[in-house]
Amino acid sequence: MADEVKQEAPVNFKVTIDNITIEVAPGTTVLNAARQIGGDVTPPAMCYYSKLEGSGGKCRTCLVEIAAGSEKDPRPMPKLMASCRTTVMDGMVVKNITSERVQDARAGVVEFLLLNHPLDCPICDQAGECHLQDLGYDHGKEGTRYEFKRRTFEKEDIGPFIQLHMTRCILCYRCTYVADQLTDKRVHGILDRGDHAEISTYISKAIDNDFSGNMIDVCPVGALTDKTFRFKNRVWFTKPVDAHRDCDKCCGKVTLWNRGDEVLRVTARKDTWGEVQSYDNKPGWICNTCRFDKKKTSDWVIEGVTNINRHSVIAQNKYNGLVVPKETITDVMGGRDPKLLMDIHDVSDVNDPSIDLSLIEGPATSKTFEKKEE
Amino acid sequence: MGRKLLLDKAHIENIRLYDVYRREGGYRSVEKALKTMTPDAVTEEVKKSGLRGRGGAGFPTGMKWSFLAKPEGVPRYLVVNADESEPGTFKDRYLMEFIPHLLIEGMITSSFALGASRSYIYIRGEYAWIVDILEQAIQEAKNNGFLGKNILGTGYDLEIYVQRGAGAYICGEETALLESLEGKRGNPRIKPPFPAVKGLWGCPTVVNNVETIAAVVPIINEGGDEYAKIGVGKSTGTKLISACGNIKQQGVYEIDMTISVEEFIYSDEYCGGIANGRQLKACIPGGSSVPILPANLLLKTAKGEPRMMNYESLADGGFATGSMMGSGGFIVLDDTQCVVKHTYTLARFYRHESCGQCSPCREGTGWMEKILLKIDSGKGSMSDIDLLWDIQRKIEGNTICPLGDAAAWPVAAAIRHFRDEFEWHINNPEDCLRKNYGLAGYADELKIPVLDA
Repeated sequence: MADEVKQEAPVNFKVTIDNITIEVAPGTTVLNAARQIGGDVTPPAMCYYSKLEGSGGKCRTCLVEIAAGSEKDPRPMPKLMASCRTTVMDGMVVKNITSERVQDARAGVVEFLLLNHPLDCPICDQAGECHLQDLGYDHGKEGTRYEFKRRTFEKEDIGPFIQLHMTRCILCYRCTYVADQLTDKRVHGILDRGDHAEISTYISKAIDNDFSGNMIDVCPVGALTDKTFRFKNRVWFTKPVDAHRDCDKCCGKVTLWNRGDEVLRVTARKDTWGEVQSYDNKPGWICNTCRFDKKKTSDWVIEGVTNINRHSVIAQNKYNGLVVPKETITDVMGGRDPKLLMDIHDVSDVNDPSIDLSLIEGPATSKTFEKKEE
Repeated sequence: MGRKLLLDKAHIENIRLYDVYRREGGYRSVEKALKTMTPDAVTEEVKKSGLRGRGGAGFPTGMKWSFLAKPEGVPRYLVVNADESEPGTFKDRYLMEFIPHLLIEGMITSSFALGASRSYIYIRGEYAWIVDILEQAIQEAKNNGFLGKNILGTGYDLEIYVQRGAGAYICGEETALLESLEGKRGNPRIKPPFPAVKGLWGCPTVVNNVETIAAVVPIINEGGDEYAKIGVGKSTGTKLISACGNIKQQGVYEIDMTISVEEFIYSDEYCGGIANGRQLKACIPGGSSVPILPANLLLKTAKGEPRMMNYESLADGGFATGSMMGSGGFIVLDDTQCVVKHTYTLARFYRHESCGQCSPCREGTGWMEKILLKIDSGKGSMSDIDLLWDIQRKIEGNTICPLGDAAAWPVAAAIRHFRDEFEWHINNPEDCLRKNYGLAGYADELKIPVLDA
């Protein structure tokens, strides 16, 4: 059956995205077609994960305008469509960055996603490799129009390996697809509905079934992070190297996040879109043994330094080009006299405002802030 | 006196029992369809009748049925949507409670037309007692050879099952309903594929409202052409309206869509006018999700013509000056009602019922609720009104299912038509807690408050 289908010469569909025409196989989604073009025309995707069946359609960041449905029926679609779940038709014309409507809607979605997000990036282990951060930088506004208390949840311990921060969750459902499609038994899911929906386990059960660690890799935000890496280091100070080992459970191909000789964290290798890389058309998920137990360099055969996008903060080892706020302290304090405040820098000697953190080599340590003898 | 097709026998004592129902001419449509017609002929009659979905969207039922994919060897299903949870809508409850056999009869005929040998009634969890009524009716129909194997000796098999929901408004959305029916979390599916191609357990499925399926009975009995003669234009047949709010006679009324809104509210045959000698201020003509209209726009369209109780006339003027027929939940507000508080109540409902799957609805509904509560409690500012407008604009059309639209429309319409009342709340933070803005100019003949926010 499959062979028969192949023998019929596959006719490719022509699709035009932001005035760039490309030929793709029938059944390709608009998002994947855009990814084949690459660059700016690719819509951002927070919930879609090409390796997880059924994912996508939920976050609405990848909405695009279909200006012409197909060659046969060139009527535009009235609503914006989720590009990750819309398949291309021959002669389809898609507008992404060239459509004001899309930009407006996307800005709205980003605002909604950030509405209840705690913005605790300074203490979040995901910072630096967080898709919501990237999305916020690209499409977000400086301020928020939300003036109410942000949503919080009761803390839940889901076992020794994975740290759950429900406040950061954007409910992309990716981790539930991992649990459904990779692990032997699913013990977690979504409880409740609406804005109080949360990721939770069935009566606080620990998530420790094999391959569950991949939940961390698919999580676009810091809701699920590696507990064994918790507060160990900022990702941009670690040095990622590709490594492998013979594993009877998984492909054994990983990225080690090192600090000196110490392996701080093990993750699957990621591709351009932040998804787990595929080998021979199979996603390179890694098992929990590789991820959590093999934390010695001697466990691994090192292949070389991981290729990281040079624009990433990880490649640069720091956030540079910091925007220094223009306002004075008086402005920020709503006209109140700053003298009434305690100068935290005087007291603690850390984070001296006169030291530009982006200019020092490597991570800031207490030595950076040591008081010079006068 | 309008013609009644569904409720004409509702007053007969014990009509809920099979014997009485049968004696009054029940199950004739099943006999006619199964013995003298082909499934396609039944679908053709429904198409000719011009019947439109009674659940809210008003999509032509015959067309929906003809979209059903019919691959060989794959079962097809008919699912009846009895998850009636829209605030202000209670027509299906009446129908199922008093004449359950009408629904069962309609289901047999419709299932025959669609080639389904298993049908489901997905009923709202809160209608617990109606489940018993329906199951009794199913059992009675089975005992008399109208259900089960080889119905009336024609070789057609059909089983009907009743499934209770767990109390979620979202499960009235057809794909969420199917998910819930499959035993999963009731999250709407991403469309396409539509249920007509991949529905219940991946098989072609038609999901119809209770009233739609019940209307198939008179259509088959009298013929599609006869049915199409009732009503006006594309609004054919009769419609059940559940009227509630500040009127003298609340209840379920069957109208033939030729009467005017004014007649419906003020005639003694229907609502009997506004209760307690008050005045009509506003009305939501089709269930909580459709836009609210002030009295002047409700009774007359922007063109100055009297507004009629049918799909086209209620929608006349689009959302700028019109509303929708919706599910027929007719909610009347008199001059003692506060539109801001009312909108807040609806926003709270939608926040509570949002499934939380897609971001605009999950976050936006909660945000709107908080802002509306702030304005209602006299702490709002003028910029909040514009903010509300912007939020609803960013929810509408950008969500997976229509719940996002349903949450956005009432807020949009309230701001569009009742902006002065919102502004009054903001300008009079203390008064608004003690007093009411009242009727203001909302019933004035000439003033048509259409504002572009």
